[in-house]
Amino acid sequence: MNTDHILRSFDKDLNKNENLILEMGGLVEQQLIQATRALKKEDAKLSKKVLPNQSRIREMEAKLNASAIQLLALRQPVAADLRNVIMSLRIAGHLERIGKYTKNMARRTHTITKAEAFTGSISTLVRMSELVQEMIKSALDAYNNLDVETAEEIRSRDEDVDHMNNTLFRELLTYMMEDPKNIAGAMHLLFIAKNIERMGDHTTEIAQEVIYMVTGEWPAEKRPKGDKTSQIIFSPQDLDNKQSSPEES
Amino acid sequence: MTKSSVKKDKPAKKSKKNIILSAKNVDVFYGSKQAINNVSFEIPENRITALIGPSGCGKSTFLRCFNRMNDSIDNCKVTGDIRFAGQDIYDPAVDVVALRARIGMVFQKANPFPKSIFDNVAYGPRIHGLASSKEHLEEIVVSSLKRAGLFDEVADRLHEGGTGLSGGQQQRLCIARAIAVDPQVILMDEPCSSLDPIATAVIEDLMESMKENYTIVIVTHSMQQAARISQRTAFFHLGDLVEFGKTRDIFTNPKQTRTQNYISGRTG
Repeated sequence: MNTDHILRSFDKDLNKNENLILEMGGLVEQQLIQATRALKKEDAKLSKKVLPNQSRIREMEAKLNASAIQLLALRQPVAADLRNVIMSLRIAGHLERIGKYTKNMARRTHTITKAEAFTGSISTLVRMSELVQEMIKSALDAYNNLDVETAEEIRSRDEDVDHMNNTLFRELLTYMMEDPKNIAGAMHLLFIAKNIERMGDHTTEIAQEVIYMVTGEWPAEKRPKGDKTSQIIFSPQDLDNKQSSPEES
Repeated sequence: MTKSSVKKDKPAKKSKKNIILSAKNVDVFYGSKQAINNVSFEIPENRITALIGPSGCGKSTFLRCFNRMNDSIDNCKVTGDIRFAGQDIYDPAVDVVALRARIGMVFQKANPFPKSIFDNVAYGPRIHGLASSKEHLEEIVVSSLKRAGLFDEVADRLHEGGTGLSGGQQQRLCIARAIAVDPQVILMDEPCSSLDPIATAVIEDLMESMKENYTIVIVTHSMQQAARISQRTAFFHLGDLVEFGKTRDIFTNPKQTRTQNYISGRTG
């Protein structure tokens, strides 16, 4: 906000909340970078390091919840302050979810690398994750700087994540159909892709909440929905005739 | 889902309220000092409209324009167009006493007459000749006290002095007195500023139920009170009407920076 409250302790409370969100976001970001590195290097040991972070994220979320409730009860914020507090609660929820998906991703990475299972399509997964990492960073920047433009941009970037997820879905399905030995690994990779796709969705929600926090209005048009995996189905003929698009069959 | 939302919309359209008070290009001067600068807005019927703003912003001055209370202040000059139910209230032909019966007022400090509770409420109907008989007068007094939520507390001492009541009761007595002459609008100037939170809640609850029959315009220093009870809020600052709109919009998403700063307690 551009001006300070007459009662300065009010600003202190609000700042405390904002710092908690940024700290939490930083931790989530770090966690995702680590989990992605573990996946890229197929490093089981590294993937294990991600796991304990999540409890810290959960603790911070609880701390933020308590602080926001206290702020509502004692300060009775209105207008931009009210939007700030309510959105901080929601953003913290999304960050916690992203953290949880990251943990899940690390766990699955650990399982497949330990078992030396099939690990195709990893480079696409890593690219997808890097895209989401950038989105998270931008979302936190947008939150910190009350930057609506950046937040708007994130909404369109999520489409790219969804497209990559669609591609991965087809790729992994094909691997599974080619050789049943691939199934165990490919299933885990498919779930990792789904986790990353969900992270993108949560980040997009954060971006929308930043827009509401700043402007008082929810973004008008619905954000583009790019996840088409629910409509994809393969039949054995598709394998024989790879040129034909799966959706047409 | 779409069906129910369509249904919901219909009565909302129907209940679109008439405008009971309107101000257009209103200026108020105290001598050479301008207290209100070119204010225009419309107050809907059967709603509570709150006027908020820092001390000296002109909100009380503006409230008093609606029943020509400023007439009694020597060097006060009101210009512009103020209408009550479509009629220009500054028309020289308007009977000010009758106007004030239609637009009653409740003040910051409860000011019961040094008379009995009964006579306080009966005062208005008596001077306006509203009661056809003794029984009718009694009926008016009792129903007014009931509408003001005071009757049960004073039923056994109607003929005791009104000044012996508690602050909150005195304020409700003043509301009963205003109601007794069957007004359409009640102007309230900081009615709860000297009351404790419980007495305040009683008055607020009363206002809520009164809005079915009356239009209430309230000046309040308590923004939370404005937020709790009003449907429309007008924010005044240095004699300007900065923003006027639905209370829920003003308190969640004000359009003007000055409003935002004031209601959230910022310097600005």
